[in-house]
Amino acid sequence: MTTQVPDNALVSLNAVNKHYGQLHVLKDINLQVRKGEVVVVIGPSGSGKSTLCRAINRLETIDDGDISIDGKLLPEEGKELAHLRADVGMVFQSFNLFAHKTILENVTLGPIKVKGMSKADADKEAMALLERVGVGHQAPKLPAQLSGGQQQRVAIARALAMKPKVMLFDEPTSALDPEMINEVLDVMIQLAKEGMTMIVVTHEMGFARKAADRVVFMADGQIVEDATPEDFFTNPQSSRAKDFLSKLLTH
Amino acid sequence: MDVIIESLPQYWDGFLRTLFLAVVSGIIALVAGTLLAAARVSPVAALRGFSMAYVEVVRNTPLTIAFFFAAIVLPRLGVTFEQFEVAAIIALSAYTAAFIAEAVRSGVNSVPVGQAEAARSIGMTFGQVLSLIILPQALRTVIPPLINILIALVKNSSVAGAFFVLELFGYGKQLANDHGDAVMWVLVGVAFFYLLITVPLGYIAHQVERKVAIAR
Repeated sequence: MTTQVPDNALVSLNAVNKHYGQLHVLKDINLQVRKGEVVVVIGPSGSGKSTLCRAINRLETIDDGDISIDGKLLPEEGKELAHLRADVGMVFQSFNLFAHKTILENVTLGPIKVKGMSKADADKEAMALLERVGVGHQAPKLPAQLSGGQQQRVAIARALAMKPKVMLFDEPTSALDPEMINEVLDVMIQLAKEGMTMIVVTHEMGFARKAADRVVFMADGQIVEDATPEDFFTNPQSSRAKDFLSKLLTH
Repeated sequence: MDVIIESLPQYWDGFLRTLFLAVVSGIIALVAGTLLAAARVSPVAALRGFSMAYVEVVRNTPLTIAFFFAAIVLPRLGVTFEQFEVAAIIALSAYTAAFIAEAVRSGVNSVPVGQAEAARSIGMTFGQVLSLIILPQALRTVIPPLINILIALVKNSSVAGAFFVLELFGYGKQLANDHGDAVMWVLVGVAFFYLLITVPLGYIAHQVERKVAIAR
């Protein structure tokens, strides 16, 4: 099994396999993401796309194969892994803002505790980030006082505060009311335009068309297609992808 | 009734010793119990195993065994102390720590797993995740069982009276021997002084619980 990492790959998965008991959730996954690239992962439920996303910062362990970020293999549990995670931003479906901390503290906690930044500097940077995602005026509130869309934007700001090399989005809009989806997608599109490297698991085809450099289609734990959005949406190769797309468009 | 007034100095002395036993053992048990709970959820298998074995053994054996261990077995192993009070503190804190570990662990489990995942994903170490994110949120659910355990600790400290420590119960026995005609009132006095500790504990619990309530 080769473990060659292309020089310009920021995130690289090589022959990655994972099982949940009998279920083979990731089957021989090979995926390279270059710096500045926006890769959207789509596919039916249970296709393994969330597991793939979570494996990249080792929230899920893998059985074999290897994953490297910026040329460094993912370390085992411990300090080194924590260091590496600080470089990988993650946005969750259920926001996961720290419930006992204010919005501002949610964003400053990482820079202060993990990077050792002074509180004054962290506050300043956090406020700038919160303004950027449009929730600056909510800074002193607790997460529960914000709407879902606002919470998710704070979660994006929290991840950005660590100045990550790559951002992972695990179905960031799936738990949102329809009218709040766009405010989150707008922030993500802006981020993509600014050149952030992003891996986005989503059901939002509009986002894939607008912001993705590549679309990766997964089914049954395998990467079935890996193409530009243009090619994928207009000319899918596999029957699985054709089937998936036809179901999306009938409503 | 008179016997209580007459013996106030003894009661007071016993009360202070009971309070001392409970406070010192309580603090040690809170620290040790929290560490045991942390070990129980740590990524290190050996720590998890140790914590589980300790809690299972200590929680499921009588307190008197812990006292015999501390007062009789430890000195034979070379751990000696001037006063039985030290043995009592060792036994009470070792015993209570097991219960606290269980309460804290259940509190930790009550915090949604996404909180820990988010904390790990911004690069926090296991210790930071636990101390900055999980334990502060677990506190709210842990306070009521914790107070129950501390109330039990106050009452359990009476076992020390059987091991030559003159705390409330120890004095109670003495007074009952000296005033054979007023045993009931002697015991009422003892009970009153225990209540003097345990009732305020429950009240404090209620206040703290309201203060740390987090809106979700």
